[in-house]
Formats: sequence, structure tokens, C-alpha cells
Amino acid sequence: MFTGRFRTDRAAVFGAVVAGLLVLLAILAPVLTALEGQDIASFHNDLVDSARGGVPIGSLGGISGQHWLGVEPQTGRDLFARVAQGAQISLLVAVCATMVQVFLGVVVGLAAGLGGKWLDTVLTRLADISLAFPVIIFSLALLTIVPDSFPRPLLLALVIGVLGWGGTARISRAQTLSLRTRDFVAAARLSGAGGFRIARREILPGLAAPVITYAALLLPSNVITEAALSFLGVGVRPPTSSWGQMLSTATTWFRSDVMYVLIPAFMVFLTVLSFTLMGEGVRVALDPRTTRLTRKAG
Amino acid sequence: MLGYAVRRIGGAAAVLLIMSAVVYVLFYLMPSDPAQLVCGIKSCTPDRLALISHSLGLDEPLYLQYWHFLSGLVAGRDFSMGPSVVHCAAPCLGYSYQYTEPVLQMILDRLPVSGSLVVGAAILWLAFGIGIGVLSALRRGRWVDHAVNALVLGGLAVPIFITGLLALLVFCVSLEWLPFPTWVPFDENPLLWAQNLILPWIVLALTTMPVYVRMSRAGMLETLAEDHIRTARAYGLPERQVIGRHALRGALSPLITLAALDIAGILTSSVLTESVFGLPGIGQLTVQAVRNVDLPVVVGLVLLIGTVIVVCNTIADLLYAAVDKRVSVS
Amino acid sequence: MSETVVSVRDLVIDFHTEGDTVRAVDGLSFELRAGRALGIVGESGSGKSATALSLLGLHRGGNAEVAGEIDVLGTKVLTATNEQVRQLRGSRIAMVFQDPLSALDPFFSVGDQIVEVYRAHNKADKRTARRRAVEVLDRVGIPDAARRVNAYPHEFSGGMRQRALIAMALALSPKVLVADEPTTALDVTVQAQILDLIHDLRTETGMALILVTHDLAVAAGNVDDVLVMQHGKAVEHGPAAEVLGAPSAKYTRELVAAIPRLEQPRESKVVGGEPLVQVKDVHQVFSVGSFLNRTKVNAVDGVTLDVLRGEALGVVGESGSGKTTLARMIVRLLRPTAGQILFDGRDIASDKEIREVRRDLQMVFQDPVSSLNPRRTIGESIADPLRVQGEDASRKRVRELLDLVGLDPDRIDRYPHEFSGGQRQRIGIARAIGLRPKLLVCDEPVSALDVSTQSQIIRLLASLRTEFDLTLVFVAHDLAVVRQVSDRVAVMSKGAVVELGETDSLYDNPTHPYTKSLLTAVPVLDPELARQRRLERGQLTP
Repeated sequence: MFTGRFRTDRAAVFGAVVAGLLVLLAILAPVLTALEGQDIASFHNDLVDSARGGVPIGSLGGISGQHWLGVEPQTGRDLFARVAQGAQISLLVAVCATMVQVFLGVVVGLAAGLGGKWLDTVLTRLADISLAFPVIIFSLALLTIVPDSFPRPLLLALVIGVLGWGGTARISRAQTLSLRTRDFVAAARLSGAGGFRIARREILPGLAAPVITYAALLLPSNVITEAALSFLGVGVRPPTSSWGQMLSTATTWFRSDVMYVLIPAFMVFLTVLSFTLMGEGVRVALDPRTTRLTRKAG
Repeated sequence: MLGYAVRRIGGAAAVLLIMSAVVYVLFYLMPSDPAQLVCGIKSCTPDRLALISHSLGLDEPLYLQYWHFLSGLVAGRDFSMGPSVVHCAAPCLGYSYQYTEPVLQMILDRLPVSGSLVVGAAILWLAFGIGIGVLSALRRGRWVDHAVNALVLGGLAVPIFITGLLALLVFCVSLEWLPFPTWVPFDENPLLWAQNLILPWIVLALTTMPVYVRMSRAGMLETLAEDHIRTARAYGLPERQVIGRHALRGALSPLITLAALDIAGILTSSVLTESVFGLPGIGQLTVQAVRNVDLPVVVGLVLLIGTVIVVCNTIADLLYAAVDKRVSVS
Repeated sequence: MSETVVSVRDLVIDFHTEGDTVRAVDGLSFELRAGRALGIVGESGSGKSATALSLLGLHRGGNAEVAGEIDVLGTKVLTATNEQVRQLRGSRIAMVFQDPLSALDPFFSVGDQIVEVYRAHNKADKRTARRRAVEVLDRVGIPDAARRVNAYPHEFSGGMRQRALIAMALALSPKVLVADEPTTALDVTVQAQILDLIHDLRTETGMALILVTHDLAVAAGNVDDVLVMQHGKAVEHGPAAEVLGAPSAKYTRELVAAIPRLEQPRESKVVGGEPLVQVKDVHQVFSVGSFLNRTKVNAVDGVTLDVLRGEALGVVGESGSGKTTLARMIVRLLRPTAGQILFDGRDIASDKEIREVRRDLQMVFQDPVSSLNPRRTIGESIADPLRVQGEDASRKRVRELLDLVGLDPDRIDRYPHEFSGGQRQRIGIARAIGLRPKLLVCDEPVSALDVSTQSQIIRLLASLRTEFDLTLVFVAHDLAVVRQVSDRVAVMSKGAVVELGETDSLYDNPTHPYTKSLLTAVPVLDPELARQRRLERGQLTP
């Protein structure tokens, strides 16, 4: 039923295909760069016009057979290699952050929904706080303080994940509260099943649909957050590259090298759009409410 | 209603207290020693480090530091800067050693910039977001609706720093219709103020709008399918009244909460907007403070912004309860 | 003969959904004369509600295609302009809906909504309109109408909300009132009050009535003519006494036969065994609201009764009477806040004791949708209690159980949504019976089912009772169903048992006033008897 509904949703299928290609780009980044015949680190001083402050020579930022997406201004490093590495960082951070958010959210949501009144009050308040926290500002602050020796992508994923579990927790809690009043849970208690068995067998499977739906939309928003943090200069450290970081340097190359702005901007746009379309498809296919809405009108 | 208000405000106060404690502990427990940061690395002697530690109050136990911070909020406090003593009047959010200025003053100086940005953008995104959403719901299934839906998805996919950069590229670099935005205070030259802010307003509004289009569309559709709308029609109310009074009221009430949260949350996205357009507001202050590891400023900002959000959240809940009488009862 | 106020010719209604077309009404014709009352009766999906909505042109702008001819007081509803239809609605033909909670706008006070509707049809200033609102609210029996006119819908009870909606109709003095299942969501005594109110208003103002209902008995006492619908067509149409007394169509005969009769005595065996369950002065207090303004609700307020070994004890009561709470305490889904429940002499409040007898106390639930986990196969759901109790949980055993409750054992790996409501109730029974309990508590086991399915489930429970030597506690709001099942009956009201006795003597000679009012409120099939009951009710209420 789910796959059927998803497959007929053309936008969702388009999103899934593009997202799949992006994942491939990330996984195969070193292979593809080798195929292009370039590497990520070499400077190419001959490809930039030092008289004009380091603008790439040639039209469209120096796009050519050797350099598929042209070269970076100033240094002349291969742009395709750097964009592909950006895909790695972007997807890695976003996926890990989403996993952290889902894990924390489900655990807290379950505990709040099944625990006593006090636990529920405390955890709900915590979730409220986490939702009210200005994530960007807080992560800016946190990311500055943590020493550079800590692996940066992991740190980004942790910070985004730990600050953003509130939504999943809310959803899990609401769903748990609604499931635990169902008669099938009462029936399980009548059979003598213990609390743990009920949580695992009766409640947890029921959380899957809403949580997956929410996670599918969290992922693109995490892509944006990572790009934003890199844009603000607290993302991965050079020489590792990321799209947000490229955009941030691109601001100084506005007038002379338009491609250097457009390429990473397009990558972020494409990633977020494809994952959003896919997430929308998942939501529509999983959420019975949307179908009910379309049928109710009669 | 009054009981509900008391509960809600009490809850908000509790949240604020917990939040301030968490922020305080987190930032002062971090591995990097703030005194070391102020002291510098090469020129620092142990004596000097101890002195700075002492003047920052870092040699005190953490709970005492937090207590001083809290009492500073209520009664103000003094900071010894070497030989001289600086008074920081209540509510004292802290004192920046790098700028030698009270944190609150620094924030207040930059507030007009962020305020102008938020208010202008909010007017735009509320008016257009809700308008387009409602229109789209009323034209459900027609081409307008499909076009709006596509634009919303596109809009959701473009982060503000990309829209901003592209807007600058098009309107300031290629077409040269507008100057690169700079900050001109309103009371200095209202016309220039608006001319410089128009691009940031539009960009900020554009990125916030999609959610409003969606929410108002969904809310409208949901309300239109409700039984009481059928009742209104069954009793011969003119369609204008059915939509304008009954459907809109139900559809837009939930947006109150969202709007209040977003107007507060915009302080967060103002970080990005201000960086893109180079506007000297609270967002830029945050980025600077973070780059310079100016901890008192960072803590003060995080707390202040958190406070604004919690307060807005509470106001939104109370407003919502006032609009929808069922809330405070259940 | 009086003039015709509503005339419907060859009505066809098609619903278009996602490439699918469903014909809800298929060539229906009828007429209604001024001052008369017509009942449109049918099961869910018969097209009766779609017909009612079409009379006011309420399908306009939706996804329904309406063909044929509808004439309401000279207006051709299907061809008239929007403005003509608007003027017709409310002022000449008004409608009362099923769910009184959602039919009124939660954001406006009841008075404001009546004022708004009144002014949409009459040139009147706000003061006049408000006076009219108070007047009609008072007429429909809202106490202290001058003050309650400012109340919001959520501050009214279900019955009061339905009264308010009737008041809204009354304010415009329409010639025709369409009532679409107006009492389905209400308790039986409230239902009687609302139906009596509509009846009184009709005699007072002479308006015609179209009463849409699934309940033949509700129609019997309140209309002159009955139209029985099935699959969008009229299967029978004629005077109420004839259609219900001597139905000619096969479908109507089946419908009439399936209705449990309140007045029908049963061959109840008198059981005089020793008690299996002893309920001793049991209380259950719920606190609602959050910690600053918490109120206490005494859901069960001191109940003492015995359930005798081998008997079927019926527990009847209206919503909020505490009957479900009592049932849940007996199987220890809830621990009493005070008092004691002994099962086989053991105090089941203790965790140790309940573990010993857990398998002997099972329950069948009301809602066939929520009683089975939608994400697990029915085989899993039935095997689970056996597994937990360390019994034989093999597929063979589960298949046996499915067979026992009359389901195809080959469907063991299917999911709940593939079964009908009645079938799901059978699955729930199989799960409960698997452990061979001594006591089976059934909480409204048939209230969510169609009349014909109800009788099948009741027969199943009866046969299982003999086969497994079960003791039954049967909780329900439907007095007729309880009479069919029970040897003894306890009547509950406001958390207390007000009367307890052997079934026939309690039904034929009720002693408590509440039992009396409950019994006279039940709609009956015989129109003559219904009239008599209405008079009795008039005398009961001061």
C-alpha cells in the first residue's frame, strides 16, 4: 500500500531519484574525482588570473574537459572535487544528525508517554526548552568552544542532533499517549504482559509511521542547518570543503566569478529539494489523515 | 482563563530559570578556559591568569558564579577591571572585557537594526503568506493551487543565505537597481532606511512565507470541511460570511502561535540575514562574539534570545486561549 | 389534503472520488405534505443522509453530482441560483445534524450564532435578534436562557447543544425541518427529551418533519410515514404502523426481526450459586485538570455487588454512569481508590494475588477498531496471551480458536483492517477465550455494530458461555440487548447501583424512579405504544 501510493507520486519519485544520485556522488566522490583526472588539494596557479586578483581564466569559472565545474578562484583547486566532498559532508552530517534526533526523541517520547506524571512533566518541559532554544545561535556558541581536535563532522552532527530532538520527542510522546489508551494495550495487560513487553510489542511499532514521516522532513532541514553553520564559519575546517563554506567565501567573488556562487547554491537547493520532495511523498503515503482530508470533502 | 494564565506564566518562568542554569553551566564548564582566552596564549603569565580569573569570578564555585549572575540580573553588580571598578546596572546580563561595555548595552545598541528587519519582514510574510494560502485553499485543485504548491516546495528548499546571495547578485550587481544594503537609522532618513532594507525584508519574508502558505491553506481546508461550516451554509448565511467569519477564524487561530514563535525565532535567522547583507544587528553581534570567544556576550545573547522566545511563546498561548475558549477549559 | 411542501422526483446522487464514482442515491421519489412527518430509515451507506443534504442544496460546490428534481416550497433546488437557495435555507427549510458538538462554531457564542442566522434572513437590529435568540432558547428548554445565550458551545452538554441547534432552526420559523440522526450521539433519556421536544414544536408550529435515522424504533414513535432505503433505493414506503407492523419487503422484515425487543421476556435460568466476584464498597476517583485547578470526579461511588458463579450479570447505565470503570476494576485494569474486590476469595488489588488469577479474568472490548493492534496479524494478537502465560501458542491452537468463534482459520495471517467490525469482535473474543477464563467481562461488545451483526455476536457469546462454563458480566447502554443476555441486571447511575434484580422482574416492575425513566425512554416499534410512552414520560418529568 505504501510503495504503491509512493510510486504514483511523480514528484516524490523524482525526489527519490535525485536524492539517490546525490548519495552516489557522495559515496563515489574519490572515484569520480580520479575519473576526472584531478585531486582535491592541488593548487593550479596557472588557471587563475593573478592580475585580476585570482579570477579563474576562461568563461563560466574555467569550466573545461579537465575541470568539469571549473576551478576555485585564487587557488585554482578543482571545483568538482570540492563540490563532491561537500556532498559527503552535507549528507553525512545531515543523516547522522537525523539519527541522533530520532533516537533521542523516541527514547524521551516513550519515557514521557509511558512513565509517571512527574517524568512526563519534566521531559515535556525539557522538550519545550529544546524547541525554544535558538539552535543556530546555540550551535554557533558551542561549536566555537569545543576544541578543534574533535572531529568536526561528528561534532556538527552531534550538536544539530542534540539540540533538535524536541520535535521527535513531542511526536513520539503524543503517539505513545494515544496508543496506550487503546484497548489492545489493555488486552495485553490483561494477558499479564509486563511494561517492557508492551512498550516493545504494542507501542513501538505504532511510533514508526509518524516518526519516519517526521524524520524524512527533518533530514532536509538538517542539510540547511549544516550549510548555515558552515556559512557562518563554524562548520568543517579548511582544507576540508563544504557547500556552506564555499558560499561564504563566494560572497567576496560576487562581481568577478558568478559560477563560484551558483554552483554550491544549486547543490544545496537540489539536495534540500530532492529530500523534501521525497519526505513529502513519504508523508502523503504514510499519513492516513491526508487521504482522509481528500475523501471527506463529499 | 485567569488560572490558565497563571499556570502558563509560572511554567514559562520555570523554563527560563532552568534554561539560564543550563546555558550558564554549559558555557562555563567548557574545556576552554575563558580566562585563558582573555589572557591570550603567548603573553600570559600564571599571575596574570589568576588575576583575570579572579576578576571574572572564575575562581569561585560554579553555583556562586551563577548566583552572582542571577542577582546581577535583579540588582546589578560590580566588575573589577584591574584597578578600576565598573558598575553594571540591573538588569545586568554580564560585561564584555573585549569591548569594555555591559552586554545589555551592546545588545540594545543593535536592537533597532534587527527590530526594523523583523517588523518589516513579518508584515510582508504574514500578509502574503496568509493571503496566498487562503486563496490557494479556495481554489483547491485548480492551477493556482498547483502553482502555489510548487512554489512552496521550491521556497522550502532554498535557505535564506542562498536567496539573499542571489538577490544581491541580481538586484545589486547585475541590474544595479538597489544599493548594497547598509544601515541607515529610521530617524535619520526614513526613505533611505526603507530603500536599504527592502531587499532584506523581501528575502527574509520569502524564506519564512512557505510555511505560512501551507499552514493557512491546510487550516482553511480543514475548517471548510468541518460540520459547523455546513451548519452555517444550511442556515442560509451568505458565502462571504461563511468564509470571512467562520472559516477564517478557525483556520487562522493556530497561526497566532506560529507567528509569535517565528517573530521571536527570527532573531535566529537574523544571524544569517545580517551576515548576508552586512547589517550591524544582533545577529552580527552574535557572530562576532562567537568568533572572538567573548563569552559574557555569547551567554547574554543566548539567554536574552531564549527569553524572548519563551515570552513570545507564552504570549502566543495566552492569545490563543483568548481566541479559542475551549483551550483554557480542557 | 394539505399542500405539498417537499417533492422529490427520480433523485440520483453520484459521488466522485479519485477516479471512482459511487452512486449513493439511485432514483428516489417521495413527497411530503405540510405538517406531516416522514421518516427515512436505512443502515449506514443506504444514501439517507445524502438525500437529506440534497433537500437544502448542500451538495453544491462539493464532489457530488445530483440529478432529478427537488422542489421545496416552490423552489427548484437543483436549478435555482445560489442566492435563491440561500434564501430557502434556514428560513423555509432548516436542518438539525447528528453530531451536536461539531455542528456549532466553537469560536462564537450560541447566542451570536443564532443572531447571525436570524439577521441573515430578517431585517432586524441586533437587539431584536438577540431577544429572539433568548426567546427560542427558552422555548427549547435551555434553563436561564437570558444568561446562557452568551455561552459557548463547549459549555453546553450534548443534549443542550442539540437543543440550541433546534432553537436556531426555530428562530426562523421554517415550514420544514430536516433532522439527520438528531439523537444518535445522545443517551437514551436525552434522546427521548429531544424527540419529545421536536414533537411538541411540530404540534405547536405545524412544521413538517423529515427524520433521517438508522433506528426503526426512533422513527416509529415520531413520524406518520416511513420510507425504508437500501443501496440508494426505496424498498418500502407507507404509513409507519403498516411498514413496521406488517412489513412487505424482505429487507424491512429482516430489519424489524433483528431489533432486540425490550418487552420480550427471556427464558432466564435462575442461578443461585455462590459468588465468584465480590465487589465491596468500591470507589474510583479520577482527578482531572492540571495541578493548580484539579477537580475530582467520583466515577464509581461506593458499589457493592456479587457476581454469582455461572450467571450472566447485566450492567446498564448511560454515559458517565461509571459502568465501564466498574468493569475495568473487576478485571483489575484499574485499581479501586477505595474498597475491595475479591475474585474466588482473593483480593485482586494485590500484585501477587492478581498474578495467580490473571488468566481467569478476561475482557471483550467495545471498539473493534482499537481493541486489535493494527500493526500485528490477528494470529499474533490471539497467540500473545497464550505465549505470555506459557501455554500452547502454536498455529494449530490459534486456528482452533478462530474456528471456534466462527472465522476462517486460513485468515490467521491477515491484519485487522481486512476484517469487518463484527469479525474483529469475534477475534477479540477468541483472544479472551484462549486462556479459558472463569470470568468474561464484556464492555459494550455490540454497541459499535449493525443490528443484524449484534444478534450474531450475542448468540456466539451465549454458546461460548455454555461450552466453557463462563461467568459473564455484560456492560451495555442498550436496555433491550442487556435483557436478551442477562440473568440479573444492575442499573447504574452517577457511579452507584440504583437497582439490582432478576431480569424480568426488574424490566416489568422497576422500583427505582431512574430505572423507570430509563425504561420509558427507550424507543419502541409500535407507534401506539410509543404515543403511550410519550404520555408516561410527560408525567414522570415534573
